[in-house]
Amino acid sequence: MKFIKYIGSIFTGLRSLAGGMIVTWKELLTPKVTMEYPENRKTLVISDRWRSELIMPHDENNEHACTACGICMMNCPNGTIKVTSLSIDTEDGKKKKILDKHLWNYGSCTFCNLCVITCPSDAIIFNNDFEGAVFDKSKFLHQLNHEGSKLREKKKESPVPASDATAKKEN
Amino acid sequence: MLIYSQPLELTKLLAAIDNFLQGNLSPGWAILVKGILVGILLLATYALIALALIYIERKVAAFFQARLGPNRLGKYGVIQSLADMIKILIKEVIHINKADKLLFYAAPFFVIVASVLAFGALPFGINLHAIDFNIGVFYLLAVSSLGIIGILLAGWSSNNKYSMIGAMRSGAQFISYELSAGFSLMTIVVLSGSMQFSEIIEGQRYCWNLFNGHLPAMIAFVIYLISGHAETNRGPFDLPEAESELTAGYHTEYSGLQFGFFYLSEYLNMFIIAAVATTVFLGGWMPIQIKGLEAFNQAMWYIPSWAWFFGKAGLLMFLSLWVRWSFPRLRIDLLLNLEWKYLLPINLVNLLVMVLVVLSGFTLTDLFPVLFGK
Repeated sequence: MKFIKYIGSIFTGLRSLAGGMIVTWKELLTPKVTMEYPENRKTLVISDRWRSELIMPHDENNEHACTACGICMMNCPNGTIKVTSLSIDTEDGKKKKILDKHLWNYGSCTFCNLCVITCPSDAIIFNNDFEGAVFDKSKFLHQLNHEGSKLREKKKESPVPASDATAKKEN
Repeated sequence: MLIYSQPLELTKLLAAIDNFLQGNLSPGWAILVKGILVGILLLATYALIALALIYIERKVAAFFQARLGPNRLGKYGVIQSLADMIKILIKEVIHINKADKLLFYAAPFFVIVASVLAFGALPFGINLHAIDFNIGVFYLLAVSSLGIIGILLAGWSSNNKYSMIGAMRSGAQFISYELSAGFSLMTIVVLSGSMQFSEIIEGQRYCWNLFNGHLPAMIAFVIYLISGHAETNRGPFDLPEAESELTAGYHTEYSGLQFGFFYLSEYLNMFIIAAVATTVFLGGWMPIQIKGLEAFNQAMWYIPSWAWFFGKAGLLMFLSLWVRWSFPRLRIDLLLNLEWKYLLPINLVNLLVMVLVVLSGFTLTDLFPVLFGK
């Protein structure tokens, strides 16, 4: 009896080994899903939710939506954003604060998205451009507002409703 | 022996070199120069095969693990192992303070010399055989078991518990499985009636030993593959260097070229095992020949004998890689269990069966001399 069990155990063992090898053989032949990154730049798909570089969208008139209120700067957990403003006199004699420089440091940003969420005028967003490597640390300091850009004038007739604005904040 | 046209064979080139040397030098010097040339050629082949094997291993391993493997350096990463070689050559050899200096430095040489000695005796093709001993199989077994001395020395002299445990495990494993490998080769020596590689190959002209000895030969083949695989210290028998338990086992303390020697000899031992299995079981460099079909035989001879040899050995090496990347590491008691309770008894019975088969004329060449006879 013991001898039969011994012989049987050899065949059970061989069968299970063959089973294992069949599994790995199938694995050998499965098409590989590895993305070869620098070669596949053209077909690369990055999720829209991916946050890589903070930008301030400008329209065709070189106008942005930033009012230089500084909320993004205040909300930034590690002081990555620095907003400097100028105060100018408008035609009707009022003093007005306009954006001078919106500085953002790529190197210290944690991409937490708080600045984008809290911005009351949706002036800044994170884009998908992830290839941000540079050879010099000073190049990490981005100025987000373009040269000579100015605030987009809002039409007085249709101000953004308050409820709408809060809804946007929660997004 | 029938004469076939063999356009890609190296025999003519070798004969030309031989004539040139004999014609220009006195006999003693000619032999010396020939010896040096053969030595250089063998060492170069050794290094090239190792490089190729390392690349193939990494690529095959990657494909078994649903990856692509090295693909940055050259097309499909083909010069990756060359770059690795350059890296390992320029690395520092680190001196261990409390190591046994002499043994520590001698150990890698034992390992690599054993594998070069075995490598030198392999028949790579027609006339591509450095030395054709009449006890070739015996010689090969003897020198390939020298390597274990190097491994034990490495473990002992490193003054490191991991190295020591690794070396001890390796010793237990190697000595156990050497028995099985020896007995399975003995089975084939019984079948072919010779220990000389050239005669073993010539005897397999129309029927490989694997089929000639049918059941016992196939059992011996499987046992030889298992024990040969275990001798090379590769997974699932890689407990001498089980990296999750022993960092790297016996070569933990080695760096630079000294580590390179261990690495090289591991891959070359894999090749040697495959080459011996090819020679002894699968007809060596002999192309596939069918008695009576002269046109077919002629066509087969157009493929040079060394290509047959490397092709067959390559298949066996692929099998070895396949096994390596399929199974988990064995525990030490299970490993010895497999050898002493299964492989060795089966092997002894198998040897007896083979003797009976040969004596009572049940080999295929005896049963069907028209189809397979010499």
